[in-house]
Amino acid sequence: MEFINKHPKLFQWLLLLLTFFGLIFAIDVPEGYKFIRAEAEHVIVEGQSTYSFLGISVSYTYFNFLWRLPPWLGWFPIWINDVLYFFLNDWWKIDFWDSDLGDYRTRPFMLHVTRFISSTLLFFIEFIREIFIGGVKTVVAFTSWDWIDANPWAEFRGIPWTIVTAGAAILGYKLAGRGLAIFAAVTMIYISVFGQWEPSMQTLSFILVAAPVSFILGLSLGVWAYKSKKVETALSPILMVMQTMPQYAYLVPVMVLFGIGDHAGAIATIVVATPPMILLTVLGLRAVSPEIIDAGKMSGCNDFQLMLKVLIPTAKRDILIGVNQVIMVCLSMAVISSFIGAKGLGWNLLLALNRLNIGAALEAGVCITLIAVILDKLSLAWANKQTDYFTNLNFFQRYKYGLIFAGTVIIGLILAYFGSFYFKEGFNYLFEVPHNKGISNEDFWNRGVDWIWDTFFYPLKVFNTWLIVDVLQPMRAAFLRMPVVATFVLVMGAGYIIGGLRSALIVGGFTLFIALTEWWDRALVTAYMATCGVIVSSIIGVTVGTVCSQNNYSSKFILGVCDTFQTFPSFVYLIPVMMLFGVTDTAVLIAVVVYATIPATRYTVEGLRSIPPSLHDAAAMSGVTALQRLIKIDFPLAFPHIMLGINQTVVFALFMVIIGAFIGTEDLGQYILKALSDRQGAGKGLILGICVAFIGLIVDNLIRTYAEKRKKELGFN
Amino acid sequence: MLKSLKMLTAMFALVAITFASTAVYAADSKKPIRIPVHNWSSQVVMAYVIGGIFESIGNNVEYVPADSQAVYESIRQGDVDISHEVWESAFGSSFDAARDAGGLLDWGDHDARTLEDMGYPNWVADLCPGLPDWTALKNPDCAANFVTPDSGGKGRWLEGPQTWHQDLMPQRLEALGLDDLWMVKFAGGADALWAELDAAKKENRGTIIFNWTPNFTDGAGFTFIDFPPFYDGCRPEDGGDGACGSPDGYLKKAVNENFPNTHPDAAAIFKNMSFTTGHIGAMAALVDVDGMTHEDAAAAWLADNESVWKAF
Repeated sequence: MEFINKHPKLFQWLLLLLTFFGLIFAIDVPEGYKFIRAEAEHVIVEGQSTYSFLGISVSYTYFNFLWRLPPWLGWFPIWINDVLYFFLNDWWKIDFWDSDLGDYRTRPFMLHVTRFISSTLLFFIEFIREIFIGGVKTVVAFTSWDWIDANPWAEFRGIPWTIVTAGAAILGYKLAGRGLAIFAAVTMIYISVFGQWEPSMQTLSFILVAAPVSFILGLSLGVWAYKSKKVETALSPILMVMQTMPQYAYLVPVMVLFGIGDHAGAIATIVVATPPMILLTVLGLRAVSPEIIDAGKMSGCNDFQLMLKVLIPTAKRDILIGVNQVIMVCLSMAVISSFIGAKGLGWNLLLALNRLNIGAALEAGVCITLIAVILDKLSLAWANKQTDYFTNLNFFQRYKYGLIFAGTVIIGLILAYFGSFYFKEGFNYLFEVPHNKGISNEDFWNRGVDWIWDTFFYPLKVFNTWLIVDVLQPMRAAFLRMPVVATFVLVMGAGYIIGGLRSALIVGGFTLFIALTEWWDRALVTAYMATCGVIVSSIIGVTVGTVCSQNNYSSKFILGVCDTFQTFPSFVYLIPVMMLFGVTDTAVLIAVVVYATIPATRYTVEGLRSIPPSLHDAAAMSGVTALQRLIKIDFPLAFPHIMLGINQTVVFALFMVIIGAFIGTEDLGQYILKALSDRQGAGKGLILGICVAFIGLIVDNLIRTYAEKRKKELGFN
Repeated sequence: MLKSLKMLTAMFALVAITFASTAVYAADSKKPIRIPVHNWSSQVVMAYVIGGIFESIGNNVEYVPADSQAVYESIRQGDVDISHEVWESAFGSSFDAARDAGGLLDWGDHDARTLEDMGYPNWVADLCPGLPDWTALKNPDCAANFVTPDSGGKGRWLEGPQTWHQDLMPQRLEALGLDDLWMVKFAGGADALWAELDAAKKENRGTIIFNWTPNFTDGAGFTFIDFPPFYDGCRPEDGGDGACGSPDGYLKKAVNENFPNTHPDAAAIFKNMSFTTGHIGAMAALVDVDGMTHEDAAAAWLADNESVWKAF
């Protein structure tokens, strides 16, 4: 009894586990139950029950409700889809004049709206794109295709890469000095010399539209949410779901609404990139101390001035992190958005992977990462730059950089002009290095991959077989063997022990939603893979993070590695992993681990580095050894922060498990992929995405509640 | 801030005016013809080939990356103008649905016939006497050669992603009574299939994968399994039991309903356009075997086969 009183939590956990396993053993698999089959979609199944709701009939096979719940939400995705279809096809048809046909056509109102948004975005993307690589669409937007055909002189050829490179370097120098200037120049030269100029500029132009739009949208919504409690309450659950939803799930609805092309890719990107911006804006504004606001009011600011001149500048740090996030997300969407028509590096990368040409994919991937890094550094430098109000400058001093740039434009044009005489074979290298004439280290990488494949194939096969037979298959079977009642007991019980009744009800609600869709079995498979991935990633991440955090340089180094891997398109390592491990769960798991280890490592390093030095001094005076200090002081103090890292690891692992559908999985991801080509795909894709998001939110709720409590106990704010 | 807002408004106005501006065309519109690009080699090369042909008669073209199933809805809505590789077995139903909904026209077939089915690289025939006849798969000794660690003791069929034909293959296994011995694993994409082919070759082990012809594997020794012949209505979605192979399929072309009005010349050429199995295999091989980029391969093909495409 004393033991129980001393460790009440431990006892509660034990009791929970006992009940959980008791239920698993008590409830048998019903006869004839076929795992992982969405009955509603399968055509030949006898003895099905059917129900009808809102005119949608759903058929399913009934089993003991302790084992699996019936798909009472089966109508939901189809209903969403029907509603969308109605708005896009039948609601409020409007006549319009089609200039191509020279006749009137009717089109529903919704299509008018979405296509107007599409064409506006597309105009800006093309406008920026044509500055870099030339084209006629901008001119055409103001004239017509016939006009441009009759007046070929008006076609803009784009600016030579030398000028863009010099411009980037000058910008870097102006904002942050020599270091950034050199980095910018080297990056641009690299991109050009490797013949990636055109796709890179296509990607860049699309990001230069998506990122500012996300930033403005996020900032304004964030300000609105800060000002109005109602808006915040309405937004915050939506944002929570959006942040844990796999990016992939947005593709189908966006495609249905906005069609395909660069604009659709940009819209999907904006949808994904805006939520972190909103959250960070609200966070930053909330942190502004009331004294500053009072000072602003005393100086006679009106509301608008208070926001623009006082609040936003003060909250700059958090808003900057938002900008950084927006840029990272935009580039991580470069590949995914190419599924719905975005041109550029992402699409080239996918095509290369489809031919198993890893070298070519890697080159495109490196360019994506480089663009991400340079945009990130430039935007940070720009935002950090202090405005100098006092010095009196003359014309030349003030416009120094503009003048230098004007100079380079002239030099670049002259160079390109002479280049057109010098290079006779039709390619002007001083204008643009064509895609097939650059240097390429494709062969080098391909040979490297081949070598690894040849050398390690058999040893890895032994490992692979062992892992699948002895670990993964039993794990998977165990997850699927879980009766639905046992899952509820486990999840809600954990919620109750950690956060009381409220937590239990929240996580129970999430679970119920998934259990009432027809994809429960698939959600279990997703959960199984994510669990395996999170366990391995956390162990590796926390270990590596702990080792590296012992020293200033290694900390910086490992954080840099984390940044690089986060922007590097994860699709690139799907293929090598698949070649080594086949179309198996091992391959998916390894891809998951590579990606999900990043946050675990990062948060461990940050957590351990942020312990106040005074505590270390106190410990040193008490005479602890380094190991004792780590175990008795560092870990307990950093633990809440590390747990938040694990929380991120869960989200990352879920994303990657979903992307694992491109290797071949049987989970929710495969169905999200399938939704792309399904006629009811928009509704299904969305609900599947929400299912994944809810799995993430269950874990998020548990870990966050726990971390908050723990922080309070430790006396952190 | 305000100034830029004004500028924006002005721009919108201009854009709107442009869209509203009237013009009636007798000849082809100069508006670019939007050709979809999917993720397998022959389709991409053919897109550039067709683009090249259109350009040779003075049209403008534009290439749009698109999903191979969703593209028919996009054509219907007018986001894309044409599709030049409609494979009967994989895309037939998406194509039919879009055509029936209106907005998409059937624009004739290529000479090439297509087959999309399960098959095996030739050395596998030794592992399973009786192949390519499907009844050979009923032999448990045969199935045992195709067991993988995660297949639960059954032989494995590696099918393409579920996007391609949904549950067709699991249903077929069931209908043919093979599901005690065989199971279906869905791969994530074409790349997964080729990687499996390479790996099986390296180990000299058995593998049954989904594949299609014309494809670059045609020259490398690949045989399709002979299933009971296809007939209309044998597939489960059409009310049959699914105990049949894939059809000897068409390779169709499709256009948006307005395309023949806006680009009459190009539409006429496109209607005549017909590639053979040999042409398509050659286009794919330029990329998959010779390692050219898609654009280069298209340029090379156009240069070598002028007599073929000038005839359209």
